[in-house]
Amino acid sequence: MPDSAHGAARLLVVDDNKVNRLLLTRSLDLMGHRAFAVASGREALEMLRGDGFDLVLLDIEMPEMDGFQVLEQIRGDVALRDVPVIVTSSLEGLDNVVRCIELGAEDYLTKPVNGVLLKARVGASLEKKRLRDQQKALMRRFATPEVAQDLQQGGFSLGGKRVRATVMFSDIRGFTTLAESQPPEETIELLNTYYTLMFDAISGHGGIVSHMAGDGLMAIFGAPLPLPDHAGAAVRSALDMIEMIALFNAEQAAAGKAAIRIGIGIASGDMVAGYTGTNDRATYTCIGDTVNLASRLEAHTKEAERVILIDEATRAALRDGIDVEALGPLTVRGKTQAVDVFAVSVSEV
Amino acid sequence: MTQPTIDLPTFDALSTTAGADFVRELVDTFLVEAPAMLDDLRAAYAAGDADTFRRTAHSLKSNSNTFGALTLGKLARDLELGGMAPVREAKGAPLEALEFEYARVATALAELARA
Repeated sequence: MPDSAHGAARLLVVDDNKVNRLLLTRSLDLMGHRAFAVASGREALEMLRGDGFDLVLLDIEMPEMDGFQVLEQIRGDVALRDVPVIVTSSLEGLDNVVRCIELGAEDYLTKPVNGVLLKARVGASLEKKRLRDQQKALMRRFATPEVAQDLQQGGFSLGGKRVRATVMFSDIRGFTTLAESQPPEETIELLNTYYTLMFDAISGHGGIVSHMAGDGLMAIFGAPLPLPDHAGAAVRSALDMIEMIALFNAEQAAAGKAAIRIGIGIASGDMVAGYTGTNDRATYTCIGDTVNLASRLEAHTKEAERVILIDEATRAALRDGIDVEALGPLTVRGKTQAVDVFAVSVSEV
Repeated sequence: MTQPTIDLPTFDALSTTAGADFVRELVDTFLVEAPAMLDDLRAAYAAGDADTFRRTAHSLKSNSNTFGALTLGKLARDLELGGMAPVREAKGAPLEALEFEYARVATALAELARA
């Protein structure tokens, strides 16, 4: 992986003119970067597809495939389009500059390139790339690969679409008491371990964690990408979560630390999924009755003294291998009619 | 208004930023590449290949300006932007002027690089 944050960045110089290639490569070397050079657009694309580069310095006037075509190809390639390109050209005319920028070039430097300007622009581009890479890494950490991919491919826009999916809510029972009984550092560590385990269990079955708040989390199965058996996947995740908590508790007990217990509510049906918030700060989430119901079911686990509660729609979608127990109708807030609630049988933990 | 063959401030700045040894190599490269470019330009002109003509003139302009060969750069630029028609009208004179100026540049650059 290219790494511009520490040490040398990997730069690719694309120019059909040998003097220009040598001079640019030399200038970049002197700045402490590792510069590679190719003489044609075709070679440039081959290099870019083969190796990771942090920045491309691209000439426009080249035989066979010119810089405009290279820019088009880079922009059309999901794997390449995040590599910043600075056009270095002695082409005259504002329209050429505009065309490069429209094709996704990050900057435009007129040849002969001024050394000071080159250093500043390269530095700025690498810094921007570093921030973007950081953002992508953050997005992967918090937004799951599915949402990250959805964002990268479809771009970001607020608003949602109607989907049929399954929503899960989970939280730690008696978390406040637990948090009060131990130093905050230990609580943070416990939460981190807890989230790591829960993320694994959820993503292992194709779900995404859309919210975390304190000791609680919300997960979606079936959006943004459709999932064939979303109800089954959610219930199997829930069972994995319970199993992981049991293992975690065994470790906690061995270390003389407190055990945790969780409650999980799951509901399936129609909902609106999409990005909510503002253009500056938004989150991928689902909204609708189904979501509210899952939240109520999770809250009801304490009263029902069951670990996993599911609604009728989820139960109806379950195939064999999972035992459920009918708990009868439950009146939930916000619903005029009582809903049938089922507890998923959990092997004794 | 006469311009020096090589604009010294430009050449000196190049030597300072890229290093005198490197610039010597760069000059050597240019002295190998440029005659080929002049040949290409002639050939493109003879073949009526406007695209290659423009691109080669463009490349020569770019390199000339890098070394501070501003007159040569200007002559190449005229060919790049003007195309082949004016050359034909002037019965090839602009190409000859370019070649003549290149000969001066080559001598001057070789001297500067050895200095």
